[in-house]
Amino acid sequence: MFKPRSWHGAAEALLLPAGALAAALLAFGVFVWFGGGDPSEAWVLLFKGAFGDAFSWQNTLQRAAPLMLTALAVALPARAGLTVIGGEGALVLGALGCAGLPYLLPGLSGTGGMLLVLVAGALVGAAWVALPGVLRQQRGVNETISSLLLGYIAVALFKHFVEGPMRDPASLNKPSTRPLAESLRIGPISVDSVLGDVHWGLVLGLLLCLIAGLWLSFTASGFALRVVGGNARAARLVGLPTNTLIVLACALGGAAAGLAGALEVAAVHTSANASVIAGLGYTGILVSFVARHNPWAIPPVAILFGGFAAAGSLLQRRMGLPDASVLVLQGFAFVFILAAEALRGRLFQLQVPRMVRLRIVPPARRAAT
Amino acid sequence: MSANEVFDLLLAIIGGAVRVGTPYLFVSLGECLTEKSGRINLGLEGVLVFSAMAGFSGAYLTGSPWVGVLLAGISGAGLALLHGLLCSLPRVSDIATGIALMLFGAGLAFYLVKPLIQPQAPQIPSINLGAWSDSPSVQSALSINALFPLGVVLALLLAWGLRNTRWGLVVRMVGDSSDAARALGTSVNGVRIAATTAGGFIAGLGGASLSLYYPGSWNEGLSSGQGLIAVALVIFARWSPLRCLGAALLFGGAGAIGPALQSVGVGGGYYLFNAVPYALTLAILVATCSPKRALKGAPMELGLSR
Repeated sequence: MFKPRSWHGAAEALLLPAGALAAALLAFGVFVWFGGGDPSEAWVLLFKGAFGDAFSWQNTLQRAAPLMLTALAVALPARAGLTVIGGEGALVLGALGCAGLPYLLPGLSGTGGMLLVLVAGALVGAAWVALPGVLRQQRGVNETISSLLLGYIAVALFKHFVEGPMRDPASLNKPSTRPLAESLRIGPISVDSVLGDVHWGLVLGLLLCLIAGLWLSFTASGFALRVVGGNARAARLVGLPTNTLIVLACALGGAAAGLAGALEVAAVHTSANASVIAGLGYTGILVSFVARHNPWAIPPVAILFGGFAAAGSLLQRRMGLPDASVLVLQGFAFVFILAAEALRGRLFQLQVPRMVRLRIVPPARRAAT
Repeated sequence: MSANEVFDLLLAIIGGAVRVGTPYLFVSLGECLTEKSGRINLGLEGVLVFSAMAGFSGAYLTGSPWVGVLLAGISGAGLALLHGLLCSLPRVSDIATGIALMLFGAGLAFYLVKPLIQPQAPQIPSINLGAWSDSPSVQSALSINALFPLGVVLALLLAWGLRNTRWGLVVRMVGDSSDAARALGTSVNGVRIAATTAGGFIAGLGGASLSLYYPGSWNEGLSSGQGLIAVALVIFARWSPLRCLGAALLFGGAGAIGPALQSVGVGGGYYLFNAVPYALTLAILVATCSPKRALKGAPMELGLSR
């Protein structure tokens, strides 16, 4: 008989995603080769553009910060058993909330004001992703579909406000909201070090992933959430507040994505405009799936995919590949990650066909032993 | 607004219902067939973008829109086949696969179309039902995408086929009870892969209608959630191909409100009017779903209704 060993689970948790990513890179190479490019050059550029020098590291970390937060927006509800993908909607509305608060409170300034605009973004995001959770628990509406639809509605609202009521008359070519006051903006961690202009959002993202992991692993409510995700009926039978926990997980995830949007405004674009709608929410879905919805695994995965995104422009410049090549790579990665899921728990049985034969024991003999 | 303007607006919305509703019709029919077999394919959004690209390139390179339509269908079927195969693996969720396909299809389309970027490809001809009138607004409202009648025929055919043929029975059996199907020796995965692939082909025709009729050119925002709305539309239509036809026209009309208002000079809130179909979809889902019972008419094996 095949005996699973204690290290098999951990090894699979590492080997399966790594293998899937390797397969995705390979498939991407084949794809480039079909288009007449040199796959090895593409691979080298991909890693050079992501992690080659200090500048590309800065670029990578800059892009990884929002990905960590939007990945949390998928991971937390997923641990409660929901496939919510409202990160993009929460992000753009978080950006709108952050840029919009100074319209309501014109006197905002200083560190307190900076925290307030971030909190505003997080709250809007929390409400936006909590909604699919509420709809599912109260009305039985499929949360994946409703969260995607809400994403499109969020983008429409964003465009309406940015190009209509909240438009800064000074923004001529690119409709934007009024830029945030200087004192409300979030600066780089340390300009003089290797980090360059990587902003505090990175620290915030790392910290929140850490806290989310601690919450899920070491607190009673985190454990209750995982029970709900594992078996909602059992959770209800032992008297856990299923509805509250699910909505809470959605709201916390949404808050993370809303914060990502607020950071994009406060640290990168200084005002809410179309640059905020960059698909960061959608890449976050992929990051969360690769990390298997484990908050502690999210930062390294986010850095990897942030790196690929950063390398996109290098691929475009040096090899003349379309800017969508990063999207193709992400698509391959997503497909292979899901396919790898089929091997979970069986990876170590596959290599020895003899084992498979041994498992088919005739019923009579099994009864005799 | 004078009576004449109101009339023009109504005409524009009715014409728009067919124009905007044609992609909805095809995607919802494809999704309906897929879901009847017990799987949900959220990836039809990706299929729509990818097949729109394939149809556009096919029509541009060969000069014939119908080659483009065929190519769109085939590429849609190919992408859906990938969905069917992936979901047949153990422990692979069809919802997650759908999300992956959405990103994959869009990425592939944006990548492959780059060398072919052209303002226009040969268009699908339109059928003029308004030739009897000499009012240009009536004529433009009643000139209909040649694919639309095909979609109507397809809806009738699917409705009849699911009810009256052996194939239809097998698909419905697999969708309602995989245990019963297995007991009869039917390959559950085989039927589901076939249904998903066929559904992808039908959805691909909707993609061709996007890039070869309305809006009729390629851009990256060509499909913004129509594939997804179609998934919700199937729920609204209670898994009946004939009701899909009505629902597609309703949603097409909702989607045409924004452009129609703009054409008579009402410009404010353009983006909000464009969001009407999404809000309408959500409202319908909220109104029709219930946590206490499975939806009436839903295939029993469908993850959506469990």
